[in-house]
Amino acid sequence: MKLIKTATAGTMESNDIMITLEPRDEGGIVIELTSNVMQQFGRQIEGVIRDTLKKNGVENAVVTAVDKGALDCTICARCSTAIYRAAASDAYEWEVKQDVH
Amino acid sequence: MYIKDRLRRSMMFVPGNNPGMIRDAHIYGADSIMFDLEDSVAYTEKDAARFLVYNALKTLNFGSKEIVVRINDLSSGLGIKDLEAIVRAGVQVVRLPKTDSAQDVIDCEREIERIERESGIPVGTTGMMAAIESANGVLNAASIAKASKRLIGIALGAEDYVTDLKTTRSDGIELLFARSMILNAARAAGIAALDTVYSDVNNEEGFIAEATLIKKLGFDGKSIINPRQIEPLHRVFMPAEKDLAKARAIMEAIAEANARGSGVASLKGKMIDKPVVIRAQRLLDLYEAGSKISEVEDI
Repeated sequence: MKLIKTATAGTMESNDIMITLEPRDEGGIVIELTSNVMQQFGRQIEGVIRDTLKKNGVENAVVTAVDKGALDCTICARCSTAIYRAAASDAYEWEVKQDVH
Repeated sequence: MYIKDRLRRSMMFVPGNNPGMIRDAHIYGADSIMFDLEDSVAYTEKDAARFLVYNALKTLNFGSKEIVVRINDLSSGLGIKDLEAIVRAGVQVVRLPKTDSAQDVIDCEREIERIERESGIPVGTTGMMAAIESANGVLNAASIAKASKRLIGIALGAEDYVTDLKTTRSDGIELLFARSMILNAARAAGIAALDTVYSDVNNEEGFIAEATLIKKLGFDGKSIINPRQIEPLHRVFMPAEKDLAKARAIMEAIAEANARGSGVASLKGKMIDKPVVIRAQRLLDLYEAGSKISEVEDI
């Protein structure tokens, strides 16, 4: 997915994460993360952000993330929202939950 | 997959764009949790809330709670986007707001069915409930309640309704007609009847009075907006000891009559009619269900 503008999603409230995505043409993904659980979960939070970007085909971006103790599903949700906002797209690709049957 | 007939004393609204409240929603003991994508979410955050609820549904374990999502109405253009996400995420029940006619339910069901087919989910997996929030909706309650096999219940949304009536909420007299219509429509269709929210969370006395009234009318339960309302609401729905004793005596008398091979049972000289037995059994079921849930919550 091609990012065409800077976009932000999330809040600074407890249990949330605020993610800002800035498009760039090259240089890969750079993540600037601050978190109140940096020691314990910093690597994991960064991993969720990288996975979400990769899944959505984002290869180059500067990511600024301020974490306030968000769960993985919240990180994924906020990152996805920021991606679609930065791409000015609403062509979402929702996946079916594994055990929905 | 949804369950058509289950305990629904409390259906708790949880704002769909609040990760902390979504995470904790299931610990308070409400029978159903309703993630809201409609009125509690600012227009500019509709996309964010949709992503958040979608990811929560896909990954979090809410135990035995019934999971409902209130979508935006279909005419807004947002409702279909909500359905695309939450049906795939495996929501049990979709709550359709502002339901004015049976056609609104049929239109929503058509979209749900399309999404189920497109994504390989067995058709009929997703349940529905309809919120009635206008004079038109109240007058059409009977046809709304029978508009889809997926409907688990219909609910009153009182704030929009009283505005439509050109009145305000007061002691409940302004809602008597709507409540009676919705209750009778639900019973005629064999589905649940759910009452509106009580917004003043600091007025427990007023809340209990309203909960007592809707229980007397026959409602299955009530929408709530704060975990503090769960315990008093469940207390209202808990059968009284004297009623339980009477119900047990009725069921014992029936069992004795059956053992004797007699088709007629009596208690203290009074014949026990079929409706009396049905009410007694329902009371015991409610007590048992409430007790079981309390035991699980205590652990």
